[in-house]
Amino acid sequence: MRGPMTAILELRDLKKAFRAPGGEVTPILDVPAFALEAGAQVALEGRSGTGKTTLLHLVAGLLKPDAGSIRVAGTELTALSEGARDVFRARHVGYVHQTFALLDGYTALENVLLGMLFGAGADRARAEGLLRELGLAERLHHRPHQLSIGQRQRVAVARALAGEPELVLADEPTGSLDAQHAGEALALLREACAKRGAALLLVSHDPVVLGAFDDRRSLAELNRVAADAAQGSGR
Amino acid sequence: MTGVFLIVRKSLRQHALSSAVTVASVALAAGLVMAVFAVARQSRLAFAGGSLGYDAVLGARGSELQLVLNTVFHLETSPGNLPWSTYEAIAADPRVELALPYAVGDHYKGFRVVGTDARVFDELEYGDGRKLAFAPGGRAFDPARREAVVGARVARETGLALGSHFQPAHGVQEGPASHDHDEQYVVVGVLEPTGTPSDRVVWIPIEGIYRMSGHELRGTGDAYVAEPGVPIDDAHKEVSAVMLKLRGKQAGFQLAGEYNRRGAPTTLAWPINKSVAQLFDKLGWVQRVLELVAYLVVLVAGGTILASLYNTMNERRREFAILRSLGARRRTVFGVIVLEAATLAFLGCLLGYAVYAAILVGAASVVRAETGVVLELWSVHPALWLTPLGLVVVGALAGVLPAQKAYATDVALTLARG
Repeated sequence: MRGPMTAILELRDLKKAFRAPGGEVTPILDVPAFALEAGAQVALEGRSGTGKTTLLHLVAGLLKPDAGSIRVAGTELTALSEGARDVFRARHVGYVHQTFALLDGYTALENVLLGMLFGAGADRARAEGLLRELGLAERLHHRPHQLSIGQRQRVAVARALAGEPELVLADEPTGSLDAQHAGEALALLREACAKRGAALLLVSHDPVVLGAFDDRRSLAELNRVAADAAQGSGR
Repeated sequence: MTGVFLIVRKSLRQHALSSAVTVASVALAAGLVMAVFAVARQSRLAFAGGSLGYDAVLGARGSELQLVLNTVFHLETSPGNLPWSTYEAIAADPRVELALPYAVGDHYKGFRVVGTDARVFDELEYGDGRKLAFAPGGRAFDPARREAVVGARVARETGLALGSHFQPAHGVQEGPASHDHDEQYVVVGVLEPTGTPSDRVVWIPIEGIYRMSGHELRGTGDAYVAEPGVPIDDAHKEVSAVMLKLRGKQAGFQLAGEYNRRGAPTTLAWPINKSVAQLFDKLGWVQRVLELVAYLVVLVAGGTILASLYNTMNERRREFAILRSLGARRRTVFGVIVLEAATLAFLGCLLGYAVYAAILVGAASVVRAETGVVLELWSVHPALWLTPLGLVVVGALAGVLPAQKAYATDVALTLARG
């Protein structure tokens, strides 16, 4: 399935719409083309409601597009069954959620181990190493509610990297942090991805976050639906 | 699989209270089901399955079961008396290996006083052919003296020991009509525990029953009261029953035919086990009701598992969505919930063994107190492994509905809502 290209992510003619229970169809995404090179770090700028999270869910294989192609690490996701996409996600994609999505009953270490369980398998030593690297050596056995927001964010980053993914998706990863912590967390995330050669696709509407990236793209330009909406509102 | 167990363990701990309540309800169900089957089987084996020491009992015309309960288990009342000549006739029958006369009608503090002859201590077998044995210092009674040998339970509960004196009371049990006889007996032997109804018996010479104050003998049809120092003519003597060991099955068939024929004044209960088994057969409906109740409790336990898991599904939707986003497949999430349900059932079954043991110990002590029969507490019964197996399956099935709900979690929507 793997192609000769160096792109870790390729989107082509990607379309996604949501259907309301009444049958009304609302287009969300229409992306003619997008590519992300292996190891690259790209920030996608987009306001709320422009389909940022939907795009990441599609790339992660959590949603299936209505049309188009999604190739991640050379694998065509749209050709995979839901179960195969789950397995693929566990092995190739890390995900940092805006609200961190840590499980409350689990310690920091266990949350990171969960990031390995469904892929290569739990490796306690590596999970501990990741948390130490991210400055949480003293917090391995703390539960999320015993951690500061910044520490929770670092646990979320450690969990996203736990499965040694080739692509990390970050959905407003600093949205819950103040400016100072946001800057630190972002630097940590970028450094950790760069160290492992994992590509990073981050979506945000925060200019400070976006300003930290050399490669910034506008979702409004990528996504025809958002572009049309912007045009419509501009008229 | 390690991960799945981690998730199950975490979930059970997170919902510790509902998990504990669920485990407790399963434990009750498991204990009850195992006990219903095990107690029934152990009771049947203890009463009707083992050696009772004799092959047959001859008594007055009446119910075979009553005869056996009265003479072997020392329960119920005697169906009537037989003349001494009947005893002599069957004792002399070449088909009979051993015949021991029993005369009842008195008690001491509720324990049956049985008049017989001293051969009982040499001939009565129990269990796997074991004989009665005296505790150190004890011996059989002298048939010509007012001496008694007491069973182990009698000794323990009444305080009778070697050298103790006591007065038997009239009647087979305590009650308004019961009154102490004038005669004093001395204990010359205490028997080692046997775990049989014999532990609850006060054995005295049969002559002692005949000569007890207030007793009338009607062997001739007319009342006769024994006088001190005057030998009793055999014609006046009576026995409540004759305990028999026969020379083979054929002897049993023949004697049963003769003594149970229409119009005969006698009843021969043979084989004894069959009579007791008939009692259990008659009480079979009680067993079926108990089984039904036990199965209903199992259903309730299954329902408790279902409810306890189903009620947490909404709050756990986020957890499932996160697990799915980390690569867990739908069927993995489904399996986690089913495994969680099965684990609750399994833990309940482990605790159920304690409940089972408690019920069994309680039931065994009641049976022992009432009959002297000791149930084999720790013998293995198929219910001991079939019940946990069945309950784990029921538990897993109870987890299917909640698991289906977890399976259907919309990951993208749940994650988008935070």
